[in-house]
Amino acid sequence: MAMNGKGEELDASKLKVLEFDGIVVGGGGSGLMASLQLAQSGFKTAVVSKVFPTRSHTVSAQGGITCAIQSADPDDDWRWHMYDTVKGSDFIGDQDSIEYMCQEGPKAVFELEHMGLPFSRTEEGKIYQRAFGGQSKDYGKGGQAERTCAAADRTGHALLHTLYQANLKAGTNFLSEWFAVDLVKNGDNQVVGVIAFEIETGEPYFLKSKATVLATGGAGRIYQTTSNAMINTGDGTGMVLRAGFPVQDMEMWQFHPTGIYGHGTLVTEGCRGEGGYLVNKDGERFMERYAPNYKDLASRDVVARSMMLEILEGRGCGPDADHVYLKLDHLGPEIVHKRLPGITELSKTFAHVDPVEHPIPVVPTCHYAMGGIPTNVHGQVLTQATDGTDNVVHGLYAAGEAACVSVHGGNRLGGNSLLDLIVFGRSAGLHIENALKDGITLSKATNDDIDQALVNLNRVNISSTGEDVANVKSELQKNMQLNFGVFRTGDLMEKGLVELENIREKTQNIHLTDKSSRFNTARVEALELLNLIEVAQATAVCANERKESRGAHARDDFQERDDDNWLKHSIYFADTKEVTKRDVNFRPKTVQAFQPIVRSY
Amino acid sequence: MDAIASKSISSINLSIYRYDPDSGKKPYMQDLSIDIPEGQDIMVLDLLNMAKEQDPSISFRRSCGEGVCGSDGMNINGKNGLGCITPLSEALKGNKIVLRPLPGLPVIKDLIVDMKQFVDQYKKIKPYLINDEEKPEREIKQTVEEREKLDGLYECIMCGCCSTACPSFWWNPDKFLGPAALLQAHRFISDSRDTATDERLDQLEDAFSVFKCHGIMNCVSVCPKGLNPTKAINEIKKKLVKRAL
Ligand SMILES: Cc1cc2nc3c(=O)[nH]c(=O)nc-3n(C[C@H](O)[C@H](O)[C@H](O)COP(=O)(O)OP(=O)(O)OC[C@H]3O[C@@H](n4cnc5c(N)ncnc54)[C@H](O)[C@@H]3O)c2cc1C
Ligand code: SF4
Ligand code: SF4
Ligand code: FES
Repeated sequence: MAMNGKGEELDASKLKVLEFDGIVVGGGGSGLMASLQLAQSGFKTAVVSKVFPTRSHTVSAQGGITCAIQSADPDDDWRWHMYDTVKGSDFIGDQDSIEYMCQEGPKAVFELEHMGLPFSRTEEGKIYQRAFGGQSKDYGKGGQAERTCAAADRTGHALLHTLYQANLKAGTNFLSEWFAVDLVKNGDNQVVGVIAFEIETGEPYFLKSKATVLATGGAGRIYQTTSNAMINTGDGTGMVLRAGFPVQDMEMWQFHPTGIYGHGTLVTEGCRGEGGYLVNKDGERFMERYAPNYKDLASRDVVARSMMLEILEGRGCGPDADHVYLKLDHLGPEIVHKRLPGITELSKTFAHVDPVEHPIPVVPTCHYAMGGIPTNVHGQVLTQATDGTDNVVHGLYAAGEAACVSVHGGNRLGGNSLLDLIVFGRSAGLHIENALKDGITLSKATNDDIDQALVNLNRVNISSTGEDVANVKSELQKNMQLNFGVFRTGDLMEKGLVELENIREKTQNIHLTDKSSRFNTARVEALELLNLIEVAQATAVCANERKESRGAHARDDFQERDDDNWLKHSIYFADTKEVTKRDVNFRPKTVQAFQPIVRSY
Repeated sequence: MDAIASKSISSINLSIYRYDPDSGKKPYMQDLSIDIPEGQDIMVLDLLNMAKEQDPSISFRRSCGEGVCGSDGMNINGKNGLGCITPLSEALKGNKIVLRPLPGLPVIKDLIVDMKQFVDQYKKIKPYLINDEEKPEREIKQTVEEREKLDGLYECIMCGCCSTACPSFWWNPDKFLGPAALLQAHRFISDSRDTATDERLDQLEDAFSVFKCHGIMNCVSVCPKGLNPTKAINEIKKKLVKRAL
């Protein structure tokens, strides 16, 4: 029975049921890596994606995938990469996870190459690597490293298409253009699948599975200006919060330094890796002042804040002095065209300048969620018991930007997300494969359990009056932009939190005017808004609670890092709207832990 | 940017194709008048988003907003393109713009077409690297020159603009692979790491797969990524002919 204009309520008896060994919600890089692993091992696997997989946001990734594959430098060492990542995270990245990612990375990158990923090449025929921010040799002592493996400036596109192709070869089932609404949880707090509907027909289903992976990507659309695709609405995060499980470090949002002014579209850090740099209105290369060693290749949080300071102190460019310039014209057409062809296109389209001739106007843009659904290195989702211990949520996994295995801590280094996707997408797939082989038994969901997961969908479907979705969304985005941006302060956040409560009220009262079944994008957008509010509120509460400045979280009223109180993850549950703390892992298996030091670039 | 500012157009007449097979109504063109911010060159997709605020039932696909995901291929004033990177200033005729779904494919709703035929043709060409040799521990080596052969081929975003502008694809969507799938075929044929070139060429040898392309070049003129399927198809034809000799 497709959802229709009669505003009928759905219940468990009206749903079609499909059953799989493993369901992966998300067809981006992390989802497709998990599904590939499962499909290759012969298990009945489905990828559920609200867009055709190659339309996922991973396709937009430009600069590359960071990994110590020893191509540019035969002496490169994954431990140096680990050091950089720990330092970049401002020391709240979990060192066991970071160790696993940096150590396993090369295998995963070569595997992608064997699948056909068209990496750019060096003269010796090896994978081309470029310099990215925050990369060093020899634990910060040996100068700038070149560690980011690239396919021109279209690495995400190359990676996503290659993984989609490999999944076709492996026989993965694709439920393309299906929207997952909520998790189905049984009486034992185990996850046994999801409620989803086929967007084309509006037909609702219970997708039953022994293992459900959330690989739903980022949520940058909680902000007004973002590099994120319109579909990045934090759906998996919303589902987890509604199911009563927590999220971690949600205050940690990365603002990427170089969003195209007026649009938010990204130009990759690879531009600076190839020798580009930022200038203020006086033509001064201001990063030399803020980060004398690494200059324009300091870590992203540092560069974004420096840019904002230049602008706030009146040295911005343009008639409103509200942006700075990214200079590439000194590199010459050869480098720009060969290494940064996509940037040339974007810059011409959105900034109306040819970077070979003129600098690109840029401002920081919301880019990446370091926080998300807490997991261990096997992708198993964790919840926190009242006494503070970690418990595994049976049946539920998360990977990619939606997850927080916490390799990025307070600030992600460029190129580390793509690596995170493939390493932890695969490890989730591997863990499920082994668990399936050993036999997974989850208790059954009752009809009541299923009805519980239909509450939101029903509320939207039967609404007859109420708030306009687009208006409420734009209110939410403005509020987040204004009160929870690059610089934060207690007063503004308190104000923002009150406004968010109002906005939540409105989201509980939205009106879906168009109730048709067939490809109803208004229904999708209404449901996305219910996820945006969960993510926004988690962000806001945690940001207000973390009374220090660390990584991407910069407070005017608490300008110092406070290791005594906040060398911790924040954990947030939606029902209580309270924040608790979780220990950061300082127990890597094969190396000595890196202890917190003052972070300078 | 300036073109619009100097004409100071503030109201756009948008005519958009509407169809919901479930409604029992025939397809029709809906006319909307939309005020756009003056002095700013917005994209066709921005205009559509504004139209959707007036009428939330208008349906179209979109995701990245920057021309890399391939979601929003549509027919803009008679020409296929991506809504998100087509500036109004380029697309407008006077102050009028007509938006229709990509031609030749079944319409699911409004601007949303059923891409199944298109994707099926893509799947037919085995769009993945085939290499049965023992894999090295590191990367399979490829010279800069070998890698350059993939430029202009691997960048395809599967938007469908080309194939749905191709008359040969309109007439034989199940047999003629179409420019997008053939471009991909050539991408794998050209990859020094692929060991299945012969099998790939075998598959393309019948009368329809490649030879229904008459070099009309519609595909080239609409590809939003500046790719050249016609050239790729000619390369394949050349390889087939050379092989036959
Ligand atoms: C412009 C840009 C450039 C970047 N460049 C780089 C780079 O050079 N290097 C790097 O390492 N990182 C980069 N990043 C970051 C990186 O691209 C992302 O973090 C990463 O791609 C996220 O991948 P993912 O698999 O987690 O999710 P995504 O690729 O976002 O995929 C999410 C998937 O979930 C599905 N989904 C979501 N909600 C639902 C639902 N309710 N129902 C069904 N399906 C759903 C979507 O359809 C989609 O398939 C960049 C990011 C941006 C914005
Ligand atoms: S050149 Fe060939 S593929 Fe391209 S539009 Fe013409 S017939 Fe179609
Ligand atoms: S070749 Fe160009 S027009 Fe055709 S599908 Fe690919 S990107 Fe689109
Ligand atoms: S929205 Fe992605 S190509 Fe236009």
